Amino acid sequence: MEAEFTKLFQLVISASLINNFVFTRFLGLCIFFGVSKKMETAVGMSITFTAVMMVSAAISWVIFNKVLVPLEITFLEIIVFIGIIAGLVQLSDTIMRKVSPGLYYKLGIYLALISTNCIILAVPLVSAGEKYTFIQSLAFGLGSGIGFALALIIMASIREKLELADVPAPFRGLPMAFMITGLIALAFTGFSGLITL
Amino acid sequence: MSSNSSINLKEQFLNGIVKENTIFKLALSLCPSIAVTNNLKNGIFMGLAVLFVQVMVNATISLMRKVIHPKVRLPIFMLVISGWVTVTQFVMAAFVPDVYSKVGLYIALIVAFASILARAEMFASKNDVMPSIVDGLGMGVGFLFALTVISFFRELVGKGSLWGAALIDAKPLLIMILPAGGFFAVGILMALFNWIDARAKAKASARAAAPAHASH
Repeated sequence: MEAEFTKLFQLVISASLINNFVFTRFLGLCIFFGVSKKMETAVGMSITFTAVMMVSAAISWVIFNKVLVPLEITFLEIIVFIGIIAGLVQLSDTIMRKVSPGLYYKLGIYLALISTNCIILAVPLVSAGEKYTFIQSLAFGLGSGIGFALALIIMASIREKLELADVPAPFRGLPMAFMITGLIALAFTGFSGLITL
Repeated sequence: MSSNSSINLKEQFLNGIVKENTIFKLALSLCPSIAVTNNLKNGIFMGLAVLFVQVMVNATISLMRKVIHPKVRLPIFMLVISGWVTVTQFVMAAFVPDVYSKVGLYIALIVAFASILARAEMFASKNDVMPSIVDGLGMGVGFLFALTVISFFRELVGKGSLWGAALIDAKPLLIMILPAGGFFAVGILMALFNWIDARAKAKASARAAAPAHASH
């Protein structure tokens, strides 16, 4: 039991720091550059993302291992996963609007963006590829969510300061954001070798 | 092409390469532009995969546009895209297994490309087959072009080689093939394109301001 727990903890750490989705796997970049301009949106986005990621990891694990594998149609994984995510997003949109309009007003716009986001799709694809158990894929979803939140919040706090900086004209805007991300990614390489799975 | 003869095919093709270049101008679908571009071969194959998916999706959607009910169009588009992506995945796994083992995850993630869905929604669902295919070709070639430039730059500087063949004898700048280097490379290239753009515009306005040499 103890060993199991340690393994899960390692999985969370590795997914959030060592194999951070944004800095080492380069996923979710469109959203990353899109919403990291303001701290408030960055925080809202990361909460929504982590929640959707964990739920979709759970549902797709069940469907992949209980339906696709027994029927030997695992090659349909992309179509099935994107369907699950689109359905889930639609569902949480409706539930949130009915149950808590306040929260919906704050986070609703991010939900719509999620269904075409590669980072959400990558979580079930990777955990299917690595053959994680149910609990492990949940931990992987959580870790990835934390990692994405960390990236967004770091980036947002830097970009808020950057507004005041004097950047050379051709670098203004996106190119500068890329350079900053490069620097953060360089810092994140320091985490590699923290634990070996 | 009866209803859309006004669409200039050549212009539509160039539009995707220059004016609406997915990576350098629209800054969409950035994930693979960094993830797979640490060597030229992976970059080019990824670009070809996207080109193929974009053209086939555009053609399919355009053929089906009269049958698809507007209310359910988005799920159907997603279905078409993921179908073609699965085809691409199989083809690449069969013919270029060494590339596929490295870029496989990113091939699967073509499904989530905003640019492909956007072209299907904005262009292919409203136009005939021929213009749609040309539009897809233009967008795809533009993407391929961007990936080729980035991966050319990164492999040359980071490893001193091209397509696996060593070219430069000096010690390469290893950072360019590391993840961080990808961000630097794209940032520098984007700034370069901005600079060229700004210069071209400055020249054009200078020419407009001084029309004395009227002949040229």
